[in-house]
Amino acid sequence: MAEAAAVAAESPAGGRARAARAVLDQVVLPGEELLLPEQEDADGPGSAGERPLRLNAGARARVRVVCGPGLRRCGDRLLVTKCGRLRHKEPGGGGGGGSGVYWVDSQQKRYVPVKGDHVIGIVTAKSGDIFKVDVGGSEPASLSYLAFEGATKRNRPNVQVGDLIYGQFVVANKDMEPEMVCIDSCGRANGMGVIGQDGLLFKVTLGLIRKLLAPDCEILQEVGKLYPLEIVFGMNGRIWVKAKTIQQTLILANILEACEHMTADQRKQIFSRLAES
Amino acid sequence: MKETPLSNCERRFLLRAIEEKKRLDGRQTYDYRNIKISFGTDYGCCIVELGKTRVLGQVSCELVSPKLNRATEGILFFNLELSQMAAPAFEPGRQSDLLVKLNRLLERCLRNSKCIDTESLCVVAGEKVWQIRVDLHLLNHDGNIIDAASIAAIVALCHFRRPDVSVQGDEVTLYTPEERDAVPLSVHHMPICVSFAFFQQGTYLLVDPNEREERVMDGLLVIAMNKHREICTIQSSGGIMLLKDQVLRCSKIAGVKVAEITELIQKALENDQKVRKEGGKFGFAESIANQRITAFKMEKAPVDTSDVEEKVEEIIAEAEPPSEVVSQPVLWTPGTAQIGQGVENSWGDLEDSEKEDEDEGGSDEAVILDSIKMDTGVEGSNVGSQDAPIILSDSEEEEMIILEPDKNPKKIRTQTISAKQETAPSKKPVKKRRKKRAAN
Repeated sequence: MAEAAAVAAESPAGGRARAARAVLDQVVLPGEELLLPEQEDADGPGSAGERPLRLNAGARARVRVVCGPGLRRCGDRLLVTKCGRLRHKEPGGGGGGGSGVYWVDSQQKRYVPVKGDHVIGIVTAKSGDIFKVDVGGSEPASLSYLAFEGATKRNRPNVQVGDLIYGQFVVANKDMEPEMVCIDSCGRANGMGVIGQDGLLFKVTLGLIRKLLAPDCEILQEVGKLYPLEIVFGMNGRIWVKAKTIQQTLILANILEACEHMTADQRKQIFSRLAES
Repeated sequence: MKETPLSNCERRFLLRAIEEKKRLDGRQTYDYRNIKISFGTDYGCCIVELGKTRVLGQVSCELVSPKLNRATEGILFFNLELSQMAAPAFEPGRQSDLLVKLNRLLERCLRNSKCIDTESLCVVAGEKVWQIRVDLHLLNHDGNIIDAASIAAIVALCHFRRPDVSVQGDEVTLYTPEERDAVPLSVHHMPICVSFAFFQQGTYLLVDPNEREERVMDGLLVIAMNKHREICTIQSSGGIMLLKDQVLRCSKIAGVKVAEITELIQKALENDQKVRKEGGKFGFAESIANQRITAFKMEKAPVDTSDVEEKVEEIIAEAEPPSEVVSQPVLWTPGTAQIGQGVENSWGDLEDSEKEDEDEGGSDEAVILDSIKMDTGVEGSNVGSQDAPIILSDSEEEEMIILEPDKNPKKIRTQTISAKQETAPSKKPVKKRRKKRAAN
């Protein structure tokens, strides 16, 4: 984290807020305060003394900014709550006066449920008509037995304790028990449901999962060329992978785990070596 | 927080892998994970890493009055702690069964084997002896805590230096390290625990099980041994019946492993000693591996944009100069002027030109050149500034037709159309790929 230390040293000693634009793609630390571009011209240094008197000084153009993970609004201040790189996304067309989304790309292992995330859970208990599913969060999620494709009161899904479930969060509040379903809004499974009995489950960091799930991820394409495989990514950092043999499954799992600390060149070397053997 | 449960598929996979003599991290049956020993800046402080399992050992000493029945012996005290930092399942401040078991085993391994000379810890018989306290903290849990803890304990004890003491009559003088060099403890031998996990009622055996292997194992055998092949402790747990030759085989393996580990420990201690003597850098901060997270790295764009401008100039220089345009404005009346011959209507030719285009289909090079020129027109505007019509042309095709009456309007049409045709198919595969990905 030499980089982080360097950035911390650079930041003004008095802990003054830095402009969000200036630290884009740089490491930010928890407790830092950020200034949005809209605030900059108002509160920024230099312009404090002589600002032209405006008739509608109070009614500044309102701009919508979305604070993603790792940022928190505190009054009219924007505070960083996670260590990582600050990212920004311009509003997708038609947004109007939006200023896009800011978030911090952090490298954590602990998962916090988010509504709409697809995750892999392990069934820990069957109680009445709900299953308790461990997703790696602070609390197990609940999953109704009716939330499977084609499930009715009579036709119960065959789920045992210890089974793997690939599902989606429909309720994920910080104060409530999260709730999962294995169907989409049309009642279709859409790939969700109980994962097969074979294959290997392993855990990686959440950052790696996001990287692997990015639409232009090269790693996944390269892995796909090695062996035929089945793979499921859960946003909670769990990956389930299954290949033809145990050896191949182990190789795939180890490669995916190692990808986090490899440069693109190292990765290509390893993939080419594997393809030869 | 509750422990993450082990799923059925993991259990099944692990057992099948063990049957095939394969392990999750690619080790062989009798392989240990990588052992790394690093020392803190103080004496008696070390971190032992066994794969991802990490144990911090810290030795401290204190002058106390001895136990009544052992007036001339120092006191050794061991304490292993499983903090929540190691695994969320460990509860703080509670003596779990695992913790009690590990502490007992550690005491038996290190105190009962008399690896430290306790008599040399006596200062004044019956009045003052040294109490040596070994605190072990589990920093990360990935299985086989006892092996890592026993290595950390013995390494910390070997590394520790206690202040020198002199006794003259009734007077006991304690010297600071500046006055007199601190003295190391006298270590007779180094007992080290080696764990064996048994699967399928003892059919399969693994050395140094990691956390997931520990969860599916049927039984565990721990043998504490020193490099002279003397067994200090042996403990079997999990209620598994072992055969005599199985235990014998395990003790043989343990002998080999202990010899390796002892050598490693001695090398680490010597290394640290050397570094300290030479005044080099030591301590935990120096031994942390610099692991970079590459998952966030933005890959460079596959398009090479390094020398675009030169290329543009090259292309412009190579391309045939556009036909001279006679741009003599004809002044009709003040305020109204005409450039070129905008009078003739060329709309009628359109259909013919399109047909011709289909027939031709050739002359690709010219087309490509022209289309590139059109694209780069914005950048290279100052380069080819003498032909104004071109600059205008890149914004709108229609204008081009009006402004360049000398040039065959047909040709321009065909060029733009075929350029479009070229770009269209190149977009398609990209879309397809996206769809595939979405399907995946």
